[in-house]
Amino acid sequence: MATTSQPTSTGARIALHPCYSEQAHRHFARLHLAVAPACNIQCHYCNRKYDCSNESRPGVVSELLNPEQAVQKALAVGAAIPHLAVVGVAGPGDPLANPDRLFATFRALAAKAPDLTLCVSTNGLALPKHVDELVKYRIGHVTITINCVDPDIGARIYPWIFWNHRRIRGRKAAEILIAQQQKGLEMLVEHGVLVKVNSVLIPGVNADHLQEVHRVITAKGAFLHNIMPLIARPEHGTYFGLTGQPEPTVEQLRALQAACAIQRGATGMMNHCQQCRADAVGLIGQDRGAEFSLEKVAAMTVDWQAAMAKRAAVRTAIERRIALNAQIHHLNRPALLANQGARSRQRETLRMAVASNDGRTIDAHFGHAREFLIFDVAPMGARLVERRNIDRYCSGPVTCGDAAPALSNAIAALHDCTLLLCARIGFEPWRALEDAAISPNSERAGEPIIDALLAVYGEWRKDVRHPVQTPATGLCA
Amino acid sequence: MAFRIVAHCTNCWACLSLCPQQAIRAASPHFQINADRCTECVGDYADPQCASICPVEGAIIDAAGQPLNPPGSLTGLSPEFPTLSSTS
Repeated sequence: MATTSQPTSTGARIALHPCYSEQAHRHFARLHLAVAPACNIQCHYCNRKYDCSNESRPGVVSELLNPEQAVQKALAVGAAIPHLAVVGVAGPGDPLANPDRLFATFRALAAKAPDLTLCVSTNGLALPKHVDELVKYRIGHVTITINCVDPDIGARIYPWIFWNHRRIRGRKAAEILIAQQQKGLEMLVEHGVLVKVNSVLIPGVNADHLQEVHRVITAKGAFLHNIMPLIARPEHGTYFGLTGQPEPTVEQLRALQAACAIQRGATGMMNHCQQCRADAVGLIGQDRGAEFSLEKVAAMTVDWQAAMAKRAAVRTAIERRIALNAQIHHLNRPALLANQGARSRQRETLRMAVASNDGRTIDAHFGHAREFLIFDVAPMGARLVERRNIDRYCSGPVTCGDAAPALSNAIAALHDCTLLLCARIGFEPWRALEDAAISPNSERAGEPIIDALLAVYGEWRKDVRHPVQTPATGLCA
Repeated sequence: MAFRIVAHCTNCWACLSLCPQQAIRAASPHFQINADRCTECVGDYADPQCASICPVEGAIIDAAGQPLNPPGSLTGLSPEFPTLSSTS
């Protein structure tokens, strides 16, 4: 029987967790178990009455599970989706306000699926009380939602908390909550638990304060900071939704994420968050929850030992693929370095060519592309410079002998680009591009252009040892 | 002397484990309080526990039929917002 245990080094632990690793989120799946209905605080962006299967946002679930049902669901999903790596409890209430249900679930999963990483997302109020138990069940990842470290700001986000058998309101409530969150963060870090801090960006309330939050949680050893945009629509029935509290713009969010990222010695920023439902299933950005309803799961028979062996095999294959990509990336590095000084008009600007048919995603084969989108990417964001038409050089075997001039035309058309993003590319043109000091990259196949540009730019910045800085905005043509 | 849970209850379980008399049970369509057991927490706590954690206005009423958490008391929203306030 294949036996796998949870990895212990930090690198290995984050490599498998889609929320903690940008790389992992493209390969490994997560499952949220909705076993925690009760909550011990009220947030102005949450409405506990709301439940809709078409809604995709935190705190929303379709079916509440008891611990037995949750374990059954996790084992069924783990058998059907062998790239499942992480099982988390994030609601719909606060997991630590439901300690019996939470730990009953984790106890059973630790026995029947010890390879799965368990994680919890909490508001932090009951965290200090439960740190020992979290450590006991080897919960290696905990997310705390920290929206402020100033009780006056907190009073505008949290109308009340339930604390020591009383409902506490206003500034005092926020003061207690903040103290508990900070204490919980310190205790977890002390125990070597990786802590992600989620912050909801609320314009006019905590927008100017979140850099301070970032500074404080960094000093205390948080591993990752995820600043998320407020979701506030009237139809959700939340206080913020009904009172017309504006949501932040993409530019506001990116600017704040960038400002936090350049703080000295800062905690890593997480910029790939999709704000999943509390019962999401599958890869981030994907939800296969409907395939695993209570009814459907009850009808499934699961060989949990066979499922675990299959997960181990799939995990090994994915890890091998990631390692291989890293090697290819490494081989490309000298070309990037050599290029950078000569080509970039500004030190921080990277010119990239994109092969795309639909104009939105990286979906074109290099040899089939009739035009390339040329972008300049800088810390301020990505700018579409122009579209360049070319004769496609690959039109099948009939004209294959004529390919060489067309290929050199294509390469000439890209002469001022450092990188080329495409969905696929043949070995020969790959070599030819590299010889022309243009690095081809097909790792981002299928991704939205803008996301791919910003991600590749981030990697390039790291490679050329520029000061760490994240592009601030999205596409501005 | 007993409280009652009414239709606004969302079955969120928050109250159940807090009741010092174990008077609350998970029921359909919503949770229920056993009137014979409920003491309104007198002698156990300064505040009634179920009503102190309940997130929904109007979900728990006293013997006189008055909501322990009247409209606007938890959300800070005035009752003119029908989505959150009680409209039974």
